[in-house]
Amino acid sequence: MPENRYEKTPRPGQEHFVAPPEVVKVGVIDAVDTSETPSSLWSDAWRDMRHRALFWVSAALIVFVILMAVFPGLFTSTSPTECHLEDSLGGPTAGHIFGFDKQGCDIYARAVYGARASVTVGILSTLFVVVIGTLIGAIAGYFGGLLDTLLSRFTDIFFAVPFVLAAIVIMSLLDDRNAVVVAVVLAVFGWTSIARITRGAVLGVKNNEFVTAAKALGMGRGAILGKHVLPNSAAPIIVYATVALGTFIVAEATLSFLGIGLPTSTVSWGGDLAKAQTSIRVAPEIMIYPATALALTVLSFIMMGDVVRDALDPKARKR
Amino acid sequence: MLWYIGRRLLQVIPVFLGATLLLYGLVFLRPGDPVAALGGERGLSPAAELAIREAYHLDQPFLMQYLYFLKGVFTFDMGVTFTGRPVVEVIAQAFPVTFQLALMAIVIETVFGIGFGLWAGVRKGKLFDSTVLLWSLVLISVPTFVIGFVMQAVVGVQLGWLPITAGRDPDFISLLMPAIVLATTSFAYILRLTRTSVVENITADFVRTARAKGLPRDKVMSRHVLRNSLIPVVTFIGIDLGNLMAGSIVTEGIFNINGVGGTLYQAIIRGENVTVVSLATVLVIVYIFANLLVDVFYAVLDPRIRYA
Repeated sequence: MPENRYEKTPRPGQEHFVAPPEVVKVGVIDAVDTSETPSSLWSDAWRDMRHRALFWVSAALIVFVILMAVFPGLFTSTSPTECHLEDSLGGPTAGHIFGFDKQGCDIYARAVYGARASVTVGILSTLFVVVIGTLIGAIAGYFGGLLDTLLSRFTDIFFAVPFVLAAIVIMSLLDDRNAVVVAVVLAVFGWTSIARITRGAVLGVKNNEFVTAAKALGMGRGAILGKHVLPNSAAPIIVYATVALGTFIVAEATLSFLGIGLPTSTVSWGGDLAKAQTSIRVAPEIMIYPATALALTVLSFIMMGDVVRDALDPKARKR
Repeated sequence: MLWYIGRRLLQVIPVFLGATLLLYGLVFLRPGDPVAALGGERGLSPAAELAIREAYHLDQPFLMQYLYFLKGVFTFDMGVTFTGRPVVEVIAQAFPVTFQLALMAIVIETVFGIGFGLWAGVRKGKLFDSTVLLWSLVLISVPTFVIGFVMQAVVGVQLGWLPITAGRDPDFISLLMPAIVLATTSFAYILRLTRTSVVENITADFVRTARAKGLPRDKVMSRHVLRNSLIPVVTFIGIDLGNLMAGSIVTEGIFNINGVGGTLYQAIIRGENVTVVSLATVLVIVYIFANLLVDVFYAVLDPRIRYA
């Protein structure tokens, strides 16, 4: 076609009117309103979360359990290890609202003091797992190449061993057990999921424009990873860590129940449940209190993870 | 397809070697000398001690001992337990029960998990959906052994519907309660997984197309929504085998079942470390190969995996 079709004279009634720049100020249209705080992923999530009852319920439960773990004296003045055999399997009395277990210990006091073992193991192993998993996953995802292959295969080996099974093997071989040992053992085989999640998140973030910009501005690789890539990959890690905290508490209780977790001298919900098992036919109600305390604690962390995930997922928010 | 299976088989080798080496090495970290312990207070004569060390290859360096162990695994010769029974015989006797229990648990968790998940996903946001979601979280939060005790106390003792313990040569009825207990946690996970993918798929374009071309509602559900929602569930069942094995230790222990888990439980309680490690290693090996099988099956289901 010889003629330029854009230079054709418009048919009648089809002329466009384009306002000259003096009339429409382009700068005004494009200007960004800076008086409002920029909406970030976390502030959006917070706005979403604070309207949800589940968030407040689980937050309150978590605060309550942590208070109980740090200051058990606030909740009871009875000692959990002061037991009188003449009270064995005694029902509730004044000052001992849940009654006594087989050894004549106050069940309420033991339920309160048991929080410390569970919370300590849960928080410590989550901390270990996040540090190891994030480090390995971030290095594998960010640097790629041979390092990625090696680290990923290394992760596969640990992933191939179910972590409760591995913990059972290791703990049954150890003689000196305490909360830190249990946390380390749980973490040694428990970090793989976080490493995989971090690697995936880092792979998704590292090709973004802001990373290229930082690189162009001469920022070092380590600094980019720490300042730009990791903070932007944090959301799925935090969600998983919250849920993992709950599973670690369950794992600790299972180990203590099997008698290879915390030593019997430590007051723990898992250990109390194992003791309650022996009198399940005569006094099944003894089991209820440590079991409820354990379940509520785990539930509060899992629920929190669920709420945070929903809030961080823009897809879920829109629907 | 063959290429994929071959590559996946090659991947198993380092994982298998690494995992067994890891577990085997753990035994060596343990302080104490089993041969010296065998002699008791009076001690063994040097000749007898040497003979025992040679018989069990304990005079060899660590890596050689590990290779002997590997040879034992592949030739089904895994030594004897503390009571003198061959470990292979213990496993051969215990495995069928555990297999039956695990199979029952998998059937229960998938049937009910997918059923409830589908129902909840279709009624997203309704009362049924939120109730089921909350209860699934509760089930995940309660440790398996607590669920076991509660079932024993309520269904077994108070209602008397099912036997409390299984004992030797258990039948279907006596395995029913342990299987339900073993299935609960995974049931909750499968339910949540199915619900999430159903919610996602129900608004997908291919479902709208299926509706638009006039396919009946139940056919849309079964052929398009459900089938596409099952892919993550199949993967989960593979991962879940590990949970089932750890769970079977507790479940078989409290229901007194003579399976692999029950034997492990007894060994843990009695402090027989060597039996614990060898049985756990067997479980890990089974787990690795079961996962391989699931991955192959997964590739058959989903062509995207095959060609990735």
